[in-house]
Amino acid sequence: MKFPRIRAIAKKELIQIRRDPLSLAMAFLMPVMLLFIFGYAITLDVNNLKTVVCDLDKSMLSRELAAQFGKSDYFTIIDRVHSYGEIDGYLDRGEALVAISIPRDFSENIKRGRPAELQVIVDGSDSNTATIALGYISAVTGLFSEKIAVRQSPPLIETRVRVWFNEELESRNYIIPGLIAVIMSVIAALLTSLTVAREWERGTMEQLISTPVKTQEFILGKLMPYFLIGFIDMLISVLLAVFLFDVPMKGSLFLLAGLSSLFLFGGLSLGMLISIVAKSQLVASQIAMVATFLPAFLLSGFMYAIPNMPKPLQVITYAIPARYFVSILKDIFLKGNALHMLLFETSLLGLFALVVFAIANKKFKKRIE
Amino acid sequence: MNNEAVAIRTENLLKSFGDYRAIDNLDLDIKRGEIYGLVGPDGSGKTTLMRLLTAIMEPDSGQAWVAGHSVVTESERVKEKIGYMSQRFGLYEDLTVIENIIFYADLYDVPRKERPERIERLLGFSNLTPFKARLAGKLSGGMKQKLGLACALIHTPEILFLDEPTNGVDPVSRRDFWKILYDLLKEGITIFVSTAYLDEAERCTRVGLIHKGKLLAEDDPAAMKKSFGYPMIALWADDPRRAIEVLKMVPGIKNISIYGDRLHIALESPELMETIVFELQAAGIVMKSYRNIIPTLEDIFITKVAGDE
Repeated sequence: MKFPRIRAIAKKELIQIRRDPLSLAMAFLMPVMLLFIFGYAITLDVNNLKTVVCDLDKSMLSRELAAQFGKSDYFTIIDRVHSYGEIDGYLDRGEALVAISIPRDFSENIKRGRPAELQVIVDGSDSNTATIALGYISAVTGLFSEKIAVRQSPPLIETRVRVWFNEELESRNYIIPGLIAVIMSVIAALLTSLTVAREWERGTMEQLISTPVKTQEFILGKLMPYFLIGFIDMLISVLLAVFLFDVPMKGSLFLLAGLSSLFLFGGLSLGMLISIVAKSQLVASQIAMVATFLPAFLLSGFMYAIPNMPKPLQVITYAIPARYFVSILKDIFLKGNALHMLLFETSLLGLFALVVFAIANKKFKKRIE
Repeated sequence: MNNEAVAIRTENLLKSFGDYRAIDNLDLDIKRGEIYGLVGPDGSGKTTLMRLLTAIMEPDSGQAWVAGHSVVTESERVKEKIGYMSQRFGLYEDLTVIENIIFYADLYDVPRKERPERIERLLGFSNLTPFKARLAGKLSGGMKQKLGLACALIHTPEILFLDEPTNGVDPVSRRDFWKILYDLLKEGITIFVSTAYLDEAERCTRVGLIHKGKLLAEDDPAAMKKSFGYPMIALWADDPRRAIEVLKMVPGIKNISIYGDRLHIALESPELMETIVFELQAAGIVMKSYRNIIPTLEDIFITKVAGDE
């Protein structure tokens, strides 16, 4: 392997990238756009659930409970109705997602020390939101019954919950680092997916393979400029995460840079492999998109927890580099983990990169079929 | 293969695409210092042969040695010693003239000390010096070809392979290009060039006619004309197109082609001339005159290809 040749390929590629301002702008705007779109669209926090209250009891206690819901940020009481039948219309029209109905004997039951019932109706068409809403409702009622119990007798057990690593329970804090991993998976593969196919399509490959340039020199040289772009994209993403989305960055920036480089090496090699096999720019970019986006989005543990997946899917996740990068980024951002705590992810990320790079080298033939 | 005098040699070289034999058990023997012209109709296997010899395509069977190395087992050694210009413009249109040249100098590992002088020379003979900073995509067809040649020569190869280098280039640029090739030949470079222009083939030291992957004829142009087995006549008639139709029916006429207002006719024997005169008269075509001629390479090739069909 001769370094001057690697440098020559890298330099040539860099000049070509520089002379194609549109693609270059795309390369830098892509992480920004994706982070904005997904960062704002995907949020697991549910706020201001539109709620309608039907208070049939009309007691001090029932008004206190309704006020408790109204006070929290999670619920916004849009209307109060006086008969049970009116609730239907609000839910049917989608004007309210939650309806709380307080029966006539509510305060009476409490006073007599009998369990008091509360009827809650939640629009289940968005099951995710519904589940979260139910959680909030039981939290609010739990708090309320605790308050009443204290008035009547001292509590036996007092629970004090503390949340670690993401104290404010901001879903954004763990979504954004994971999202960066997903976005970078796609970007890395897309960046290199065109580069080899373009040489075949433009007819420059025939000339190139007639020279004594070696396969590794060619592939390494091609990777370098895209590595630079990928690294800048990564930097942009981290800056946006910290300064725009206010995600705390507790870990070492050096470790982040090092592991990101390892991840980029694998992702860019994958794009290169796709480009080598596809030999057509259009096909290559489509394969790169599908092969990275869906697995990274669905099977990396970003959207759905891996332990909850069926066993065969769990096995597949081991082959998806985003899986390791998602947990690496979350751990560095939120926990400030050091390298020795990320050894499993790091070594598998490295293994993936080496295997894909080796396959790309093997698949590239300095011959016309 | 260590014969210093041999530049290119193939033995039973075979390459097929599906059922079609693009190169059919071809034997070639080309000495150093030759300028060998490969001619043949489109699809005859010129480009495939070029690619096999430059070691960018693998033969199905047979062997080829280029500059003393096997294209099958030592392809990378071959690539160090040859220069190649593909038929389609193979350089980067979004790189400038000088950037393309330096890129290839790097790939061929040309020593830095020698570069300034070599580049200056290459730019000089190709008249590209004023266009050093121009993007290759903005060059004219003729200049693109000269740039391709400059890049293929940056490492002073022993053998130069040119696949239809003057295709689509204007006549003046074509002549310039050939002037350069002759200068290279004087410096001792062996040139293997394919062309569709027969006037270019005439300038080669040896010409090979390829058809359906086989060599139909191979010799130096003068000897080829001398050894052409059929008498050749040029004939002027008042309606040459109708004359072709009539004469096509005459047995013993090997080939007829039209050159402006005259017909070139290859005859099996000179006696056939009487039949021609008779047939034309019978068809009411006035024959103005005729004379014996030396066949052009085009006559020879067209006759041979037609005979092979």
